[in-house]
Amino acid sequence: MEERQIVIIGGGPAGLSAAVAAKNAGADDILIIERDERLGGILNQCIHNGFGLHTFKEELTGPEYAKRYINQVIDFGIDYLLNTMVVDIDDKRQVTYMNREEGLVTIKADAVILAMGCRERPRGALNIPGYRPAGIYTAGTAQRLVNMEGYMPGRKVVILGSGDIGLIMARRMTLEGAEVKVVAEIMPFSGGLKRNIVQCLDDFDIPLKLNHTVVDIRGRERVEGVTIAEVDENRKPIPGTEEDYDCDTLLLSVGLIPENELSEKIGVPLDPVTHGPIVNETFETKVSGVFACGNVLHVHDLVDFVSEEAAKAGENAVAFVKANYYEPNRQQIDILAGEGVGYTVPQTIAQNIDEPLKVRFRVRGIYQGKAVSVYFDNERIQHKKKRIIAPGQMEEVLIKPEELNAHASIKQIKVVIEDA
Amino acid sequence: MKEEKTITCIGCPMGCQVTAVLEDGKVTEVTGNTCAIGDRYARKEVICPMRVVTSTVRVKGGNLPVVSVKTNGDIPKKQIAECMRQIRDIELTAPIVAGDVIVKHIVGTDTNVIATKDIQAV
Amino acid sequence: MKDIVIIGAGVSGTCIARELSRYAAHICVLEKGDDVASGTSKANSGVIHSGFDAKPGTLMAELNVEGNKLMWERAKELNFPVKQNGALVVCTDPDERDHLDVLLDQAYKNGVPGVRILERDEVLKMEPNLTDKTVAALYAPTGGVISPFGLAIAMGENANVNGVDFQFETEVTNIYPIEGGYHLDTNKGPIETKAIINAAGVYADVFHNMVSEKKIHITARKGEYLLFDKAIGHIFTASVFPLPGKMGKGILTAPTIDGNLYVGPTANDVDDKEGVNTTQEILDLLVDKAETAHLCKIKLPLNRIITSFSGLRAHEDHHEFIVEEVADAPNFFDAAGIESPGLTSSPAIGVRMAKIVSKKMELKEKDNFISTRKGITHFRDLSEEEKQAKIAENPAYGQIICRCEMITEGEILDAIHRPLGARSMDAIKRRTRAGMGRCQAGFCTPKTMEILAREWGVPMTSITKKGGKSKMLVGYTKEI
Repeated sequence: MEERQIVIIGGGPAGLSAAVAAKNAGADDILIIERDERLGGILNQCIHNGFGLHTFKEELTGPEYAKRYINQVIDFGIDYLLNTMVVDIDDKRQVTYMNREEGLVTIKADAVILAMGCRERPRGALNIPGYRPAGIYTAGTAQRLVNMEGYMPGRKVVILGSGDIGLIMARRMTLEGAEVKVVAEIMPFSGGLKRNIVQCLDDFDIPLKLNHTVVDIRGRERVEGVTIAEVDENRKPIPGTEEDYDCDTLLLSVGLIPENELSEKIGVPLDPVTHGPIVNETFETKVSGVFACGNVLHVHDLVDFVSEEAAKAGENAVAFVKANYYEPNRQQIDILAGEGVGYTVPQTIAQNIDEPLKVRFRVRGIYQGKAVSVYFDNERIQHKKKRIIAPGQMEEVLIKPEELNAHASIKQIKVVIEDA
Repeated sequence: MKEEKTITCIGCPMGCQVTAVLEDGKVTEVTGNTCAIGDRYARKEVICPMRVVTSTVRVKGGNLPVVSVKTNGDIPKKQIAECMRQIRDIELTAPIVAGDVIVKHIVGTDTNVIATKDIQAV
Repeated sequence: MKDIVIIGAGVSGTCIARELSRYAAHICVLEKGDDVASGTSKANSGVIHSGFDAKPGTLMAELNVEGNKLMWERAKELNFPVKQNGALVVCTDPDERDHLDVLLDQAYKNGVPGVRILERDEVLKMEPNLTDKTVAALYAPTGGVISPFGLAIAMGENANVNGVDFQFETEVTNIYPIEGGYHLDTNKGPIETKAIINAAGVYADVFHNMVSEKKIHITARKGEYLLFDKAIGHIFTASVFPLPGKMGKGILTAPTIDGNLYVGPTANDVDDKEGVNTTQEILDLLVDKAETAHLCKIKLPLNRIITSFSGLRAHEDHHEFIVEEVADAPNFFDAAGIESPGLTSSPAIGVRMAKIVSKKMELKEKDNFISTRKGITHFRDLSEEEKQAKIAENPAYGQIICRCEMITEGEILDAIHRPLGARSMDAIKRRTRAGMGRCQAGFCTPKTMEILAREWGVPMTSITKKGGKSKMLVGYTKEI
């Protein structure tokens, strides 16, 4: 069986960044396995700008951002396979992939980095009643058809969900001559960036209806119309608030789910909130030598953070390979999502840290004038007032090495939202 | 002449409704903002909102039938539709390299439309 | 003039076509949809009923039990998947316990093999996830599961190979008798035939009533379902029924042939014979069943719902199968009122109808009838060695198109190029399962469309979801 030092599953932004960082950290035997016909992943279809402000200090489009990493992968001579699907993987880090040329191949990796990204929630997951005609697309599928293949999925569009992809597609379809009639959002707030609401909706006078959802889809062959209605605080439609829209297309932008089928095959425990693996501060999962980063770990709103996180995972994978394995040098600390906090990544700390540890989290609702606090067991260590915190925007706290060293025996760290 | 324009600030998730007072085309007062970002944003946005436009252009003989493009700088918001019209009928021939200039001085600005992706000839 | 026109390519129509294709006759199947099993047969529980539920002495009971026996044979001959997982009717109220005895008695009268009543402990040992309220259950070991498309596709392909002509997207608008047969008007022009077999599902009454004064009436009785991810498909092995009610067999919780789990069907009569929409009210009810652990001791996780759908039962007023020549319309044969257990019964309906028609029309058996058919090779079911060999033989099997269900390009090409080849997205889905997984075709849609367009030599913009006006795309960018 062929042995590789580091096998990275997925050649999107996470996989590319992990590969480049691993190479920079001294790995000389890296293989990226990509299922699509090109590297870059979903960035290839995200032709809008706004990528790279943190990483490159300039605004790039998705393909440009991807190219910066792809060029490095090529310049470094990092191996990659395209049109290749990983079909099996186990906790011994044996990876079986498949493609046209080689058939099924099993290789053994010293370290595996999971970077498979995420998928979109489909209509079925929402239980929207009505018919099942052509013309119902997830926003990302429509984005691929429009931006990469030059097709129009529809001309009169209703969008359900105001996530960033939905907002971006509202503008994109409008620019291509479609009429976007309304964007309905079941929550009382949009999960999308303010900038996208202004520049994708307001610029084109597209109404955003908060607290609204689709309650019926008409049309037996092709979508002919949808009905949207206001919802109450339990997100149940309020009778009498229905409004009919004539349209030929319904785009869904109702959430992303990490693609963890392979993680489950390995037996990596998943976080019930993120739906991604539980990882420690090195982005290592509960299975030794298996790391995870990017949207397979938790869904990000900025690709820059994906790259940053994936680079850490890449470096740590190299450290793992060099040391062969980690001997935990401290009692494990659990990082918990407390009041108002949905989840944290990482979820545990396994080692003493020698540089500040970024703990990313999302909040459950919109909080104005509240504080983000960090508790070590029951002792409040950090307390910082925030003007506003919203679920759509990932937040972070920094745990400093000296803070941890001063609390050698703590069992848990808790991030909470509380009164300032 | 004095007029008021209210816009949503895009500086952060607060999304403050910021009102700018214009006198003879100049901003004399900004209210509703809760920080300096809002002030700066409003002063620019109400006078001449500018946007980067991203879209695609048709390609013949490439591995994909369209190439993604962008304006390599802001253009006035009111000229977005005209910009789209100007690139609509263009048909390029592969290969194309990201950075290739597709249209110079789009809609009479100093901005060019450039390719953002490589397209290989097939 | 054709010898026989069969209206409808659902499970009844295709099973009849297949059995009649044993005979030398010019047979044509007219189907309104773009594929087999695209109407009444499309959406149902996919259960192979053992036959204890039907009223003793009825044709329904007879054909159910016979159909069950035949199904396993046909599955071998025609290589479509079936699974004998058994059925349980669970009693959860001690006061209703005697209903199980009624069912057991019916099973005995109908000649259903192996049916017995299991006491609480025994049934919980068999299905540990059954509700704690379980009192006892009726167990029918010959119950099974099947894909309704799998059956219709297999029957249709085999009929086609044996010379039966299939005309899709062909809707019959009028029928009247002519000298020596019937004249049919369709959207594709007129057709003349010596005999007609009416296997039109919820529309069987419409066609029957065009030629007969003895009117029949069929109600579309809608059933809605929630379908769950395979991750929880193992909760039950058997198909688990509640005690039956007035409107049918009740809301099941059961695995599908592919290992998903479903909750359904409901039963509501609707006026619209095309009314396959799901409704908020019923979905809420099903969600409630799932959440309140209906039949099951655990709450079904709602985040594992991958889709909801509904189907129509062709309920004839007398709740009985009509498989016969229409008394006042010679050479016009009905296969009408085929509702549950119609899927199970369909192989027997095919045999019975073929017998009636061949006798009446004095058809002669062919000596070159091909009785077997090989289905699509599902790559993921192969052993490692077989997979390697398959890719070496045809590299298209090395390319995954649908990642959720692990469907390869090789399978999609096979679905397109075999008899009655797939032309639409749904036709591909029914034959290969591409797009049926948890992402519900998000990723594979553009690729599948591309393959369809390439193989049929048509532009992407003409690809449909299910024929007719169900175009996937409306044009190109840069057009406006």
